[in-house]
Amino acid sequence: MSGDHTDATIARRVRRLETLLEEKGLVTGEKVDEVIDAFLAESSPANGARVVARAWTDEAFKSRLLRDGTAAVRELGYMDGSYQRLRVVENTATTHNVIVCTLCSCYPLRLLGPSPSWYKSEAYRSRVVREPRAVLAEFGVELPPGTQVTVWDSSAESRYMVLPRRPEGTAGMSEEELAGLVTRNALIGTAVV
Amino acid sequence: MTDRFPPGTRVRTFHHDPPHHTRLPRYARGKRGVVVEPEGPDELPDISARGSGDAPVEQIYAVRFEARDLWGEGDHHVVLDLWESYLEEDLAEDSEDDLAEDLEDDLADDLGGTADER
Repeated sequence: MSGDHTDATIARRVRRLETLLEEKGLVTGEKVDEVIDAFLAESSPANGARVVARAWTDEAFKSRLLRDGTAAVRELGYMDGSYQRLRVVENTATTHNVIVCTLCSCYPLRLLGPSPSWYKSEAYRSRVVREPRAVLAEFGVELPPGTQVTVWDSSAESRYMVLPRRPEGTAGMSEEELAGLVTRNALIGTAVV
Repeated sequence: MTDRFPPGTRVRTFHHDPPHHTRLPRYARGKRGVVVEPEGPDELPDISARGSGDAPVEQIYAVRFEARDLWGEGDHHVVLDLWESYLEEDLAEDSEDDLAEDLEDDLADDLGGTADER
């Protein structure tokens, strides 16, 4: 369960299985590429950023988002057909949330796109549950003393996304402009906006 | 399905090291935590990973742990999603142990806060 699966047995098995399926005429390589491309085209941190911008500008949506993330993001057309449950955790003046998958690399891919390589590294996975403040400081996140830090370890079928705090001085900005401020790392909790 | 562990229940995770796949990370074994809320039922991965198709469906709970219970130090929380059979109710007497009271106080604060905010 390390971060690099390139030479893993499972990768060889998948390649062999794909070859067999192609040889038997059950699926073509082009079709597999097409499905993967379509999936990735719909998966980007811009999705998560749009969800955050909507929550920042629509209190009722924010309430629904925090109560039932899956249903709320489906209103915006995300996570259709997914069996996973989305839970959005809100950063406030006194709380900071950060997500991880210590067992492997679970990640809200549909809302954040493919995960960064550091998210899958053993260093991040093992350290952030143990010393989140030190890890966050290395990402440049300095939290005021007394901030309650919660680390969400995605050990089952729920996926987590952080709702960052809306920055000061953004009162006049449009939803689209606000979405432009939200970074992938802010959605993971390793950055603030 | 009635949940065996309502929110606020103090639980303890199993302590053994199974010879098969499990989703209870080693660092959280034999540890005390508090149920935040149910996450929805799913097949038990310890069985379903064998591919035999007869895995029981169990409730999964978000369980919050204090860093000092997991690592002996730290002031943060870690929340894990754990299948019901990974947990047992923690009935330990801990009148001399301030930890449980701290956990309950924190949880009451959290629940109070979330009720307002959500």
